[in-house]
Amino acid sequence: MSNITKAPPGYEGPGFFATKIDAVVGLARKNSLWPLPFATSCCGIEFMSTMASHYDLARFGSERLSFSPRQADLLMVMGTIAKKMGPVLRQVYEQMAEPRWVLSVGACASSGGIFDTYSVLQGIDRIIPVDVYVPGCPPRPEQILDGVMRIQELVASESIRRRDSAEYKELMASYGMQ
Amino acid sequence: MESAFVSEKIKNRFGDRILLDEMSGDMQCITVKHDGIHDLVRFLYDDEELKFRFLTSINGMHFPDGPEKFSIVIHLHAWTHNYRLRLKAYTSQDPPVFPTFTDIFPAANWMERETYDFFGFRFTGHPDLRRILNVDDMVGFPMRKEFPLEDQARYDKDDKMFGR
Repeated sequence: MSNITKAPPGYEGPGFFATKIDAVVGLARKNSLWPLPFATSCCGIEFMSTMASHYDLARFGSERLSFSPRQADLLMVMGTIAKKMGPVLRQVYEQMAEPRWVLSVGACASSGGIFDTYSVLQGIDRIIPVDVYVPGCPPRPEQILDGVMRIQELVASESIRRRDSAEYKELMASYGMQ
Repeated sequence: MESAFVSEKIKNRFGDRILLDEMSGDMQCITVKHDGIHDLVRFLYDDEELKFRFLTSINGMHFPDGPEKFSIVIHLHAWTHNYRLRLKAYTSQDPPVFPTFTDIFPAANWMERETYDFFGFRFTGHPDLRRILNVDDMVGFPMRKEFPLEDQARYDKDDKMFGR
C-alpha cells in the first residue's frame, strides 16, 4: 500500500472517517494534474526528459499531457516567449477551465532571461498570473519536478472557494481578465 | 561567367549611374545611384546572357554618421552560370524610399516587408507594406542604430547593479 497517498488530517473511528471537503478535493486534484506543455525552446527538451521514463512525471499523477487547454489543469510554460507569441499564450491560458495553475519553467519564461531585447517578452507574468517559477537556464529535470511538487502543495492546500474570492478576482482583473 | 563580362555589360548600359564596381572578397559588388537600382535589377533579370533570375535577399543598412544614412543591399544569383552578385544603393532620405522589386521578383514581397519592419524603408508600389516579424503595435525600427538595445519595459534593472 506504499503507493497510496497519505490521508488528510481528520477524525477516524470504526467504519468512518471525517475530514474537510477541501482536503479531499485538494488530494484528488493534487494527484491527477493534467499538464499542458507550452514548450518553445530548450527548457522544453528538459521537460521531455522529465516526462520520459528516467525522471517519470507519472509518479506524481501527471503522465496524461493535455494538448487541449480545455482539459488542462496546469499550464507549463517552458522557453522564450517572443512578444508576438504573447497573445497566443494568453489565449491558451484563457481557454483553460478553472481551477488552473501556471508553472513558469526557466529563466526566459520567468524573466526574459538573457534575451533582454525588443522582441522578447520580459517574463510571462506580464500577461498571465504565475503560481510557481522554476529558475535555471535550462533547469534540470529534478528542478522541474520540484516545481511540479510545489504546484501540488498549492493545489492540495487551496480552498475550494479561493477562485470566488475577491482577492482572486482582483488578481484576474489586474491582468485584464474576468 | 567572369566578373569582367558582367562589368562590361552593365557599364555599357548604365554608364555613370554605376558608382562603384569592385570585388568584395570573392563576390562582385556594384554600387549604383539611387534612381538606377530598379532599372539595374530589371536589366540583370531580363538580359538573356546574364540571367540573374534568383533573388537571394534584400536588406537594409544604417550608417547614422555617414553622409548617406541608408543603403539597400540586394543579392542576386544567376543559376545558369552559378554566379552571385551584390548590389547597393545609398540614400540620405529619412525614411528611405525605394521602388518595389515585387514587379520583378514576387519573392521580394516578404523581404521588403522585413526591411520595412526593421529599418523603416518604404517601397513605393509594394502591395502590402506592413510589419512581418515584429508585433504590429511596435514603435520604431529595431535595427536602426539609435534603437535601444535593451527592452525599455524592464523595471527591475537597477543601473547601479550593472556598474553604469
